[in-house]
Amino acid sequence: MMDEKLSIEEQVLSEYKYGFVTEIEADEAPKGLDESTIRFISAKKNEPQWMLDWRLKAFAQWQKMTEPNWANIDYPAINYQDIIYYSAPKQKITVDSLDDIDPELRKTFEKLGISLDEQKRLSGVAVDAVIDSVSIATTFKGQLAEQGIIFCSISEAIQDHPELVKKYLGSVVPATDNFFSALNAAVFSDGSFCYIPKGVRCPMELSTYFRINAQGTGQFERTLLIADEGAYVSYLEGCTAPMRDENQLHAAVVELIAMDDAEIKYSTVQNWYPGDKDGKGGIYNFVTKRGICHHRAKISWTQVETGSSITWKYPSVILKGDNSTGEFYSVAVTNNHQQADTGTKIQHLGKNTRSRIVSKGISAGVSQNSYRGLVHVSKKADNARNYSQCDSLLLGDKCGAHTFPYIEVKNNTAVVEHEATTSKVGEDQIFYCNQRGIDTETAVALIINGFAREVMNQLPMEFAVEAQKLLAISLEGSVG
Amino acid sequence: MLRIENLQAGIEGKQILKGINLDIKPGEVHAIMGPNGSGKSTLASVLAGRQDYTVTGGSVTFEGKDLLDLSPEARAAEGVFLGFQYPVEIPGLSTTNFVKTAVNEVRKYRGQEPLDAVSFLKMMKEKMALMEMDQVMLSRSLNEGFSGGEKKRNEIFQMAMLNPKLAILDETDSGLDIDAIRVVATGVNKLRSKDNAVLAITHYQRLLDYLVPDFVHVLWNGRIVKSGTKELALELEERGYDHIKAEIGQEVEA
Repeated sequence: MMDEKLSIEEQVLSEYKYGFVTEIEADEAPKGLDESTIRFISAKKNEPQWMLDWRLKAFAQWQKMTEPNWANIDYPAINYQDIIYYSAPKQKITVDSLDDIDPELRKTFEKLGISLDEQKRLSGVAVDAVIDSVSIATTFKGQLAEQGIIFCSISEAIQDHPELVKKYLGSVVPATDNFFSALNAAVFSDGSFCYIPKGVRCPMELSTYFRINAQGTGQFERTLLIADEGAYVSYLEGCTAPMRDENQLHAAVVELIAMDDAEIKYSTVQNWYPGDKDGKGGIYNFVTKRGICHHRAKISWTQVETGSSITWKYPSVILKGDNSTGEFYSVAVTNNHQQADTGTKIQHLGKNTRSRIVSKGISAGVSQNSYRGLVHVSKKADNARNYSQCDSLLLGDKCGAHTFPYIEVKNNTAVVEHEATTSKVGEDQIFYCNQRGIDTETAVALIINGFAREVMNQLPMEFAVEAQKLLAISLEGSVG
Repeated sequence: MLRIENLQAGIEGKQILKGINLDIKPGEVHAIMGPNGSGKSTLASVLAGRQDYTVTGGSVTFEGKDLLDLSPEARAAEGVFLGFQYPVEIPGLSTTNFVKTAVNEVRKYRGQEPLDAVSFLKMMKEKMALMEMDQVMLSRSLNEGFSGGEKKRNEIFQMAMLNPKLAILDETDSGLDIDAIRVVATGVNKLRSKDNAVLAITHYQRLLDYLVPDFVHVLWNGRIVKSGTKELALELEERGYDHIKAEIGQEVEA
């Protein structure tokens, strides 16, 4: 038995296969952060005065704020003056055709398994690719524009659709919402923007791939997605980074606006570099994601979190309109020294609002995996319904799984349910598979994917397979 | 097909098998009977390669290969099947997906191409009919919420899909009513051929009414103390294990 345990520990090391660095020349801001950094970024992007003012205001607020420390994570203090806040691959920023992309960049995407060409031709998925700080290419723009759909980088949106950006930017996540959102508001360099007009059902999956490449940089992207009345969109984001000895900061903000009768499905496959098996390096992922639902609208967050050394992330839904629905489906995997504190916040404000939370945490190695969720039912939210289910699966006996559910109900017509389970991948399960001819690696993958099935089923087909493989890779050799 | 010579094994330093000798030829059905704690399930586990057990002596040859030298999954692929006394539940994993993975992993081991979806489904339908199984059961999570009878039926279904040379059935009858025992035994009988063999481990004789053994062995305190034909099982049923104890008591205690 002891030998078995040891080999479990020994084997809890999986190779990160996206850890390459692309040799592209970068245009960078000097290290450190003060007003001049913000002016530098804003000028680089040729921004209008109102945008710069908005950033500076956020920066002033940020300076008065302190980093939150309530999460169940532990990391050395971040030196915010030791980060490069702007890094752009040196090449023409606006590309009309994918043929114009730097071949090195193109190789990067091929290594990531997302050949932009392939995406464009075969799968019918529109892609916006963000490397380091800037958006590199957005595919399918023309075709989408025919239906009035705007899908571009947020920098372009600031130039071309200032009225929409002005109206909605910061409307769901105010610049001063929290420490990291304020930092993002001050220094965000790019991200994706999407607007679906009234009554339009977006004909394809929209997708953004984020990639941190340069050393010593932070990435602060901002995504703004608006589904106007009766519109529908399904959106997916994926992220990877090279293997570095240092910790890199990623502090993104995503805002979703679902107007009356609109529906937004937002899926994330997060695979930032998690650090090596001794916990060296890896991305610090501090992300604020929030959506607002107007009458009869629906927002559904699905996330598969396998990367980052630290994940601090609570995709939330404000159910403002009556009869609106919020959903949160999450699989969070932590291995080796990874720490994840993730969950959701659902605010029931309107009448007859419904929410559903399904969280699946998988911990291996010496990692810590926490679910933290708040379900709030306000005084006026008659007949609110919530169902929450939080399951944890442990591999080995040195990892931790934690559940912090908060429930605040101010209306006595509400029905709020919470269920939680914790289980271990048993030697018995593995042996049972072995005895049927299935090796241990495959057995673990089967067990994990079975555990996460309810969430995986929420992913768009094209990505579900990819995500399944990712789960298996992240936990390769976690059980001997 | 299977030759066990002087096999000794234990768990956490405790000796359980104290020198087992057994020879099984193709086409034969052997039954191993014995009271609780005699080492029946240990023998099944050691043959299948459960790592909790340590082999301290003796040898096991299967089709000319040193079985003890192979990993559990290689043993399975070589054609050793263990029907579990307590089949394991895997939530979220459908029986279909599980069996498909198993069949294709075994094929891979044998250098065969994986089965395509159509051939797999055809084979599955065939074997389902054999086991009088409902398709709904196969789309449910593996063994989760299955009744005792359903679990055991599922074991024999998997055996049918994997078509092993040697099937070791570890107390397949435990916890089953007589109808379920009949279904399971009938299933096993349908799978029998001159090329495969069955090693049925059981506490009671009743399974053997349906699955008729060529040889019956009594396991006692880690040793096979008596071997015979199916009449031995009946004798045990009638006179109880105490009788055997009295008969061979001396040498077992030694």
